[in-house]
Amino acid sequence: MEKERVEMLRRIQEVEFACIDLNLYLDTHPTDQRALMEFNSYSQQLMMMKRQFESVYGPMTNFGFSQSQYPWAWLEDPWPWEIEY
Amino acid sequence: MWIYEKKLEYPVKVSCPDPRMAKYIMTQLGGPDGELSAAIRYLNQRFTMPTNMAKALLTDIGTEEMAHVEMIQTMIYMLMKNTTVEEIKEAGLGGYYAIRDKAIYPADSVGNPWTAAYIQSIGDVIADLHEDLAAEQKARAVYEHLLSLTDDPLLKDGLRFLREREVVHFQRFGEALRNVEEYSIRKKHF
Repeated sequence: MEKERVEMLRRIQEVEFACIDLNLYLDTHPTDQRALMEFNSYSQQLMMMKRQFESVYGPMTNFGFSQSQYPWAWLEDPWPWEIEY
Repeated sequence: MWIYEKKLEYPVKVSCPDPRMAKYIMTQLGGPDGELSAAIRYLNQRFTMPTNMAKALLTDIGTEEMAHVEMIQTMIYMLMKNTTVEEIKEAGLGGYYAIRDKAIYPADSVGNPWTAAYIQSIGDVIADLHEDLAAEQKARAVYEHLLSLTDDPLLKDGLRFLREREVVHFQRFGEALRNVEEYSIRKKHF
């Protein structure tokens, strides 16, 4: 797969991982303001990065969380288990 | 409701096909302390949790476990891809191949199919969270066994990530348990 696409995907995975880990932390530390600020900032960054990725490579999420060009682009490969990083 | 994201939580890579390692890793898909057991355990237990903290944590960790199921399935898929029937036989997967070729199926390393008997959900927050703490430690130990069974640095990278997540989940479950105990949610008198 093209290098740029993999690099963009890797950056999304990194920022999303920060969100996942902070989310679990906040579940048990709901009043940690610094962690909450970080979570919101990463979350905003993540949304922007995903939108940018999707504008080039097509939908990343199903059920209405991403829009599609014609024809329905959700079918396009690669699927997650077919990617060579 | 769940939304699917067409990506893995963390990249899965392998240096070369290795059906023997695929067989070993299967236990983290369909074995007692595997990722599927973890996801099903947490996503059932969450309904009867007495605190919002426990409901949120089980929902979120249960969801992350589904992403780990996908990573393990990807590892097995990649390790089996481009292997010959001869190599599959040598790896001890001849019986598996006879039934399902190289398809992904939730069974453990020796072929026992996944069963709900691997999990518990008994409506008691103390008991359920203790089961979850133990499950995370058992999964961590299994990842360490798997790490000692391979020299593939790329495969090890993915396995190390999954091992580390077990440690973090254990930490979070411990915090939720202390929270429940502190506020003595369970003031039962017998």
